[in-house]
Amino acid sequence: MNKALGSLAAVAAIALLGALLGAPAAIWIAYTGFAALLIGLSWRVVRWSLAPVPFRIPTVCGQEKSLPWIRASWLESPPNAAAAAARMAIEVLTFRSLFRGTRSRLEQGPRLIYREAKWLWLAALTFHWSLLVILVRHLRLFVEPAPKLAVALDRLDGFFQVSAPVFYWTDAVVLVALLYLLQRRFRDPQVRYISLFTDYFALFLLLAIAISGIWMRYVARTDAVAVKQFAIGLTTLAPVVPKSVGAWFYAHLALVSTLAGYLPFSKLVHMGGVFLSPTRNLANNNRSKRHVNPWNYPVKVHTYEEWEDEFRDKMEAAGLPVEKR
Amino acid sequence: MEFRKGTFCYSALARNLNYLGLPNAREWQPFDQDWKLPPDWKRIVLDGMKERLEKYRSFRLFMDICVRCGACADKCHFYLGSGDPKNMPVLRAELMRSVYRRYFTAAGRILGSLAGARDLTEDVIKEWFYYFYQCTECRRCSVFCPYGIDTAEITMIGRELLNLIGCNINWVLEPAANCFRTGNHLGVQPHGFKDSVDFAVDELAELTGVRVEASINRKGAEVLFIVPSADYFGTPHYYTFLGYLALLHEIGLDYTFSAYASEGGNFGLFNSHEMIKRLNAKVYAEAKRLGVKWILGGECGHMWRVLHQYMDTMNGPADFLEKPVSPVTGTRFENARSTKMVHICEFTADLIHEGKLKLDPSRNDRWRVTFHDSCNPARAVGLLEEPRYILRSVCNHFYEMPENTIREQTFCCGSGSGLGTDENFEMRMRGGLPRANAVRYVRERHGVNLLACICAIDKATLPPLLEYWVPGVEVAGVHELLGNALILRGQKERTTDLRGEPLEVTRPSGSPEAAHA
Repeated sequence: MNKALGSLAAVAAIALLGALLGAPAAIWIAYTGFAALLIGLSWRVVRWSLAPVPFRIPTVCGQEKSLPWIRASWLESPPNAAAAAARMAIEVLTFRSLFRGTRSRLEQGPRLIYREAKWLWLAALTFHWSLLVILVRHLRLFVEPAPKLAVALDRLDGFFQVSAPVFYWTDAVVLVALLYLLQRRFRDPQVRYISLFTDYFALFLLLAIAISGIWMRYVARTDAVAVKQFAIGLTTLAPVVPKSVGAWFYAHLALVSTLAGYLPFSKLVHMGGVFLSPTRNLANNNRSKRHVNPWNYPVKVHTYEEWEDEFRDKMEAAGLPVEKR
Repeated sequence: MEFRKGTFCYSALARNLNYLGLPNAREWQPFDQDWKLPPDWKRIVLDGMKERLEKYRSFRLFMDICVRCGACADKCHFYLGSGDPKNMPVLRAELMRSVYRRYFTAAGRILGSLAGARDLTEDVIKEWFYYFYQCTECRRCSVFCPYGIDTAEITMIGRELLNLIGCNINWVLEPAANCFRTGNHLGVQPHGFKDSVDFAVDELAELTGVRVEASINRKGAEVLFIVPSADYFGTPHYYTFLGYLALLHEIGLDYTFSAYASEGGNFGLFNSHEMIKRLNAKVYAEAKRLGVKWILGGECGHMWRVLHQYMDTMNGPADFLEKPVSPVTGTRFENARSTKMVHICEFTADLIHEGKLKLDPSRNDRWRVTFHDSCNPARAVGLLEEPRYILRSVCNHFYEMPENTIREQTFCCGSGSGLGTDENFEMRMRGGLPRANAVRYVRERHGVNLLACICAIDKATLPPLLEYWVPGVEVAGVHELLGNALILRGQKERTTDLRGEPLEVTRPSGSPEAAHA
């Protein structure tokens, strides 16, 4: 509980600090955050890429391609790089592995019972997709004229056309999904046990970003034109201090900048890392195509000659063929 | 750290470390207060970590990207059986990750425990030892992880690091030392190996009336056949060995065993990557010396992880061998065209499919059979259908265990990766609970009384497990059942199966288990 409270307090402090410091500081906070994101994430990815993949170790989840009359599971046991890419795409786009989720229960006997458990999958999937839509939607604030994709998504997201300003369903979904993930950390004893300060911090940070954004749009009615001017100023490296955007905006900006700067140095780098995971991005063609280990080095082995030298007499007595007599 | 009897393995004997040239050979036990670590143990471990972070992308990545979502938490058989939270895969990895953060990340150096970092102390080493030797490297958790984080990878590297300061277990190091010296884990010397094979040939002649030939170290044979050593020394493995002999005789395969490469299993996998390579080297070396065309491998679990995922990379390329072709059916094993090593289930499934074998499945009618996917053939190779195809062809009563306990989601026997020793008995029974639980399900539903599998460790450790949790279910290899069903040319009338037990052609109606199903 202390971890959760501590991280909540940290997030609140960031928001408050952002709101209090206001405009000139916001510029620096934003630039620092996004510089850290760019440099940090590249550094992380480069670091991973520099480490070789000495062995081909896919976790195979289906029938291998072997005899022609046995139906192979090309997605779960990809026979080549293209199929492995498809497997990765399904993993990244639909969270295939999480979809396997089950939940176990130990009953008297002892007897283990399993049931399907898809809530984590659903919450994770809807959260990530909503976040992506929200991010792309935000592009219309940074680019003039707004990119077509951003506009189209904006329309789609505002499909229900209820309330003014138009209600985005991703706003609701992202909140619900985050709240589900948060309550899970509190209530599920296993997840609670494994949760660290940083796990709560990431959730509270995202929640605070969502809430401040929603508040600006539906309640505080922050001046979107002013925000856009400021955002374009930032992207063109000619930031102007905006008027009339209010404290909620600065809080929102400080939180987002924190998320950006924090991402490369936290578990949130999973976003880049998943693509490099050797158990998922390699084909199960180990016996048909040789994988090369760049640092393969000679090792001390027990040669046949050494072996025969030790056992020659016994081998001859037993009538086994030998090389040297 | 409390080392309670029954839940850990004893330390490796100094002589085994010395034989293999491993560091810090000494007398010690995990329950001792003083583990007699080398004075600069901490530097050794941290340097070892640094080296491996640079050599294995898997290690660095898996240290970085876990989000602690908990999807893996209850997927580990040791967690399910022990309830010990540190047996959740995520926490097993956190034991290492916390140290990684403290010494190798900026956040951990600055924020310490707030970032989930902790100092490396002797207690941490003890905890590593306890939990990295309480993981069977079965890779089930990795199936459920959204990033494919593979605890086996972390455990393997954890054991490598422990190995650098001499903290290893005898049940791994003694087989490894034996294997290095004699060619097999059991330490059977060449003349002993020959005795075993000769004995099996005699026994098969007695059971079937057919005398087969089984050559050893014969140059110029077409195929080198390598099996786990338990097949010719352990029970019930031995009946599978008889099955191989009968099969290979019947189809007239020109093959030889090797006394030098008299082990396909590789306990190096449970020690270090270097040891895998040292023990595996003899396979290709011997194939080359004998001048065979390709290699056939017997029923074994971790052996096939090494042969499939490591051998070609470590000791290949096997350009002196030919692409494997079945001389009986002409089938080319394209999936093994680089390593040149074929799994016997692939080989046999092809024979059956091409109609080359005469089978009488009713000889297995006293068995109601289920199939346990062994971790590595399933999750490393993807060998799921071949053994099932064979089983369906050689026995009339075959039943699957529940879906989430077989195939890629199969549960480990609880004794793999060198933990199948008697001093670790309690933990083995706990770890094997999920497997036994699924067996009990099919026993109650279908009256299953035989579990078939293709792993030597399974065959050694599942009998006591099932006796403990599900009495009345026996364990057999797939090729034992094949050997029972196989009609040999020139055989006498078969009155017993390969176990020497009478054949019951029809099953007595109303077996107690079946009646309740």
